[in-house]
Amino acid sequence: MNYLRRFTQQIKDYPSAVVGLIIIGLLVAASIIVPLRIPYSEAVRLWRGGDDIWADYPRNAWPKWRNWFVEGKLPETIRFSTAEGDGNPVIEQLSEGTKEVKYNFEFDFPFDEFPPEINIFANAIYNEKQPFVEMVWITPDGREIRAGEFSPSASSSFRFSQDSRLQRRLERETGIEGVSANQGLFDDPEQEGLQVLKGTYSLEANTLLFEDDSEVDLTFVSYGLVHGLAGTDHRRRDLSVALLWGTPIAMTFGLLAAVGTTITTMSIAAIGVWYGGWLDGLIQRLTEINAILPLLPILIMVGTFYSRSIWLMLGVVILLSIFGISIKNYRAIFLQVRELPYIEAAKSYGASDLRIIFRYLIPRILPLIIPALIALIPTYVFLEASLAVLGLGDPVLPTWGKVIQDAFAQGALFNGFYYWILEPAGLLMIAGIGFALVGFALDRIFNPRLREL
Amino acid sequence: MASKNGNLLEIKDLRLYFKTRSGIVQAVDKVDFNLERTHATVIIGESGCGKSSMAKAILRLLPRNVQTYDGKVYLDGEDIMRLNEEEYRSSVRWKRISMVPQAAMNALNPVLRIGDQVAEPAMVHLGLNKKEAMSQAAQMFEHVGVPTDFLYRYAFELSGGMRQRAALAMSLVTLPDLVILDEPTSALDVLTQANIMNLMKRVKGQMETSFILITHDIATSSELAESVAVMYAGQIVEVSDAYHFFKEPLHPYSRKLMASVPRLHAEVEPEFITGQPPSLVNPPQGCRFADRCSERFEKCDEEPPMVKIGNRNVKCWLHVDGVQNAGD
Amino acid sequence: MPETEKKSSLDGALLSIQNLHVWYELKRFGFGHAGFVKAVDGVSFDLKQGDAMACVGESGCGKSSLMKTIIGLNRPTKGEIVFDGMKLTETEGNDLREYRSKIGYVQQDPFGALPPFMTIQQILEEPMIINGIKDKGQRMERIRKSLTEVKLTPVEEVLPKYPHMLSGGQQQRVVIARAMILDPQLLVADEPVSMLDASVRVEILKLLRGLQESHNLAVIYITHDLSTVRYFSEYIFVMYAGEIIEFAKMDQLLNNPQHPYTLALMEASADPDAHNAQVMRDVPPGEPPSLVNPPKGCRFNPRCKHMIPGVCDVKPPPLILTEDNHTVLCWLFDPQHSAET
Repeated sequence: MNYLRRFTQQIKDYPSAVVGLIIIGLLVAASIIVPLRIPYSEAVRLWRGGDDIWADYPRNAWPKWRNWFVEGKLPETIRFSTAEGDGNPVIEQLSEGTKEVKYNFEFDFPFDEFPPEINIFANAIYNEKQPFVEMVWITPDGREIRAGEFSPSASSSFRFSQDSRLQRRLERETGIEGVSANQGLFDDPEQEGLQVLKGTYSLEANTLLFEDDSEVDLTFVSYGLVHGLAGTDHRRRDLSVALLWGTPIAMTFGLLAAVGTTITTMSIAAIGVWYGGWLDGLIQRLTEINAILPLLPILIMVGTFYSRSIWLMLGVVILLSIFGISIKNYRAIFLQVRELPYIEAAKSYGASDLRIIFRYLIPRILPLIIPALIALIPTYVFLEASLAVLGLGDPVLPTWGKVIQDAFAQGALFNGFYYWILEPAGLLMIAGIGFALVGFALDRIFNPRLREL
Repeated sequence: MASKNGNLLEIKDLRLYFKTRSGIVQAVDKVDFNLERTHATVIIGESGCGKSSMAKAILRLLPRNVQTYDGKVYLDGEDIMRLNEEEYRSSVRWKRISMVPQAAMNALNPVLRIGDQVAEPAMVHLGLNKKEAMSQAAQMFEHVGVPTDFLYRYAFELSGGMRQRAALAMSLVTLPDLVILDEPTSALDVLTQANIMNLMKRVKGQMETSFILITHDIATSSELAESVAVMYAGQIVEVSDAYHFFKEPLHPYSRKLMASVPRLHAEVEPEFITGQPPSLVNPPQGCRFADRCSERFEKCDEEPPMVKIGNRNVKCWLHVDGVQNAGD
Repeated sequence: MPETEKKSSLDGALLSIQNLHVWYELKRFGFGHAGFVKAVDGVSFDLKQGDAMACVGESGCGKSSLMKTIIGLNRPTKGEIVFDGMKLTETEGNDLREYRSKIGYVQQDPFGALPPFMTIQQILEEPMIINGIKDKGQRMERIRKSLTEVKLTPVEEVLPKYPHMLSGGQQQRVVIARAMILDPQLLVADEPVSMLDASVRVEILKLLRGLQESHNLAVIYITHDLSTVRYFSEYIFVMYAGEIIEFAKMDQLLNNPQHPYTLALMEASADPDAHNAQVMRDVPPGEPPSLVNPPKGCRFNPRCKHMIPGVCDVKPPPLILTEDNHTVLCWLFDPQHSAET
């Protein structure tokens, strides 16, 4: 189309638009790649959460890159899983039917802060006789601390911080009253008070198996205060899932809503102008009534009393926006276009009413509405986010607005988890800016008079 | 300060070039032009020849994308190109030179009364107060044949012919030395055109104003012209007094132009000029009319000089002695 | 307007206009009625295939409304239009489309008449697609023929261009090509050259004349500029305030103009001559009258210097045949009152 050519030729004059295009390009690429890498059903499952999915993740951890900005290094999550081959198992057959498997989890701890939790998860397979696990903690300066012992079942966990015997041992070790395990195990006894001893730690876990075919899989996790690219939320969910998946949802919602409303509105305006008479009058009255109806309260009512499905919300939004006030703008333009000579010429060679509307009237104003359409997309993206923040978001989908809502409900700002709000808000802002930049540049390309400004 | 030879306006080497997406448009390309006092000259040219730009250049109504604007414009001996913006605005524009722009009737402000608009230049440039200016406007309305109660009407209440007269009144209200009229009658009906031209003839006789009439309509031009200048591709190619021009034009373009006018009262079938005027972005070397001229020869690849023949000027090699082919 | 002997309308005439009235209703704020704009108020004439007729008049005289009604864009309020045997008032729907397809329409503004977002090829294909020419090959064939006839060649270079890439003269040629693409029998050209440069006008007018001759077209050519009609039409009629005030063959009108308004038009359309600057043109002052409330009697009477008081401002003038094929609507030619001439 003529306009595409014009657009590509002139877009390089507007560096802001190039930036905008890059942003949109990245968003669109993400919207395509993310659903391919993490299918929809998978995303929903992950987001519903549950202990088994996110157990290895810390609660409310900052993103990893926080460590670039702080003085002391915050600990990252350290994880070993024997099922995945960690631990250097050493197997020794002690006697008939009794096996000992020794695991050694060795790791570096160069951080300045204590981990918030340390857990061991164990999955045992056995018939009658439960296996047995005993653990020894070895510090960099050579001390050995008996960490604890337990008999694992099919799915059990040993939380170091909850073992009172370990706590008493550590109190003696560190000399500090009421020290908790996750601190005590890492404390430097030479130093006054609590201070991290940096160095190489290792946890030795010996499992005793009493049946030939019994097995124990251990997962050792020292939770970090920072985790992942985006951090985690109160349910230990990795926020990057929500942020990534929020992209295609935001884009789809925004695009569908913007395109749907614009095209429908424009067509209605064109039809009204062309046929005139009572039809035009009816459309105008409907538009005026609709202008008074408040969108957000109606959405709130629908969401509260009926359903919060995002597709329903989208439908209601489009329905209420069809007779939007921009019909009046389009009508004003169409009234002028209708008088142009080429419309008269089309009538003279027999063009039908519908053909004139869609083949002659509407293409004439397309260059005007394209910039408006593009600048409209972020409006709908924000609308979806607003609905989510108000608690009307789709209950199962991970969206940016949902993340903000969770953060808000959990008092993120009050607790200092700034990343939780800033990340989705930042994405919303970038998306908005990207579209707005392109929209403004398009406006200037297609409406030359605006170039002077 | 009057000039030596009684010329009101002397233009030398006037240039006006615009910067556009497709290149530099050389709209007015080193034009020389003179106008005597109380004289009416017509500048004839087709669309795209630069005649409207010439009007703007004289009146310094320049758009933003001007690339070159230089030359000398002597108004009564004084070089007004030397004046800065503010001096020009207060001492020349609409005080000594005014303009009736193209489609003037659409140039009237729809939300102001006509009388206010016509009176405004008198207030600004002559320092009259509102009452005096309105009575001056009323006088002008009488000159141009608009009933004085129209002073209190709005533009949309007037017909096309009346609006054109009002625009003319606005240009005359400060009693300027020179009025430039850019296609004053092209949007009007033929009887209204005739009436307006009658009006101009009357005004010219009564007031001592000089006129420059810019038009593409040769028949209209003959209604007012005392001398004629023909513009082509940004240059003036012929200057002549009206009598000799209409009887026998010199430049081949002028001749073709005259031949293309359909005549009502003569038995001559009109001819058209093949081809199109050259683009002003990269004007051709040599004579710019050469590739449409039926009388061209090799010398025409060089830019012809402006030759004086009697008191006529022609920019054409055909009229330079000794240059034409043998046998011509 | 008093009826007079109608020219025998249906023998050999392609187009027959019979006592046509086209009135537009003026509404007052929704439902009220404030009178009618009587754009065409009693017009009759015939046009044969192969003949060109010029319609001359100033703006507001009703000529554009007359043309739009002939083309089928307006409905007659009273009277009849018969074109190629079809009565317009009885033609609807698909028949109306067929009616319209036989008439080509060339408009005044060449750039406005072309959709700016379509290529020349698409513009020329539209009338054919609408009128059911389904075969692409056939359409392209017609396009090539049409463009060659209007001398827009090489055709392949022109087809993918957009209107703004062409000059005014070229755009008008496209408009003409489009008007010809359905092989019409009648061409209506509404001021086809008034927005073009002087030197291009003649070229386009000659082109129209050539098309008329080669296709044996009937042409109605509307203009306000009398000087351009001379070479391009056989017949001419002059319109004023919705009526035809004079009708004649071209030479007759130019050599023997009769109605005072026609005389004024001729006086105003002088040929270029240096002498013009010395004389005042003898033209009537004032403006054409309102079409809602035209003057009583002869509509030209307020501006006419030959007006006969008591006659011209009271009774509408009769249509008088002054010579063969030459009629005029004026009391001055009525034998009873001709003492004033």
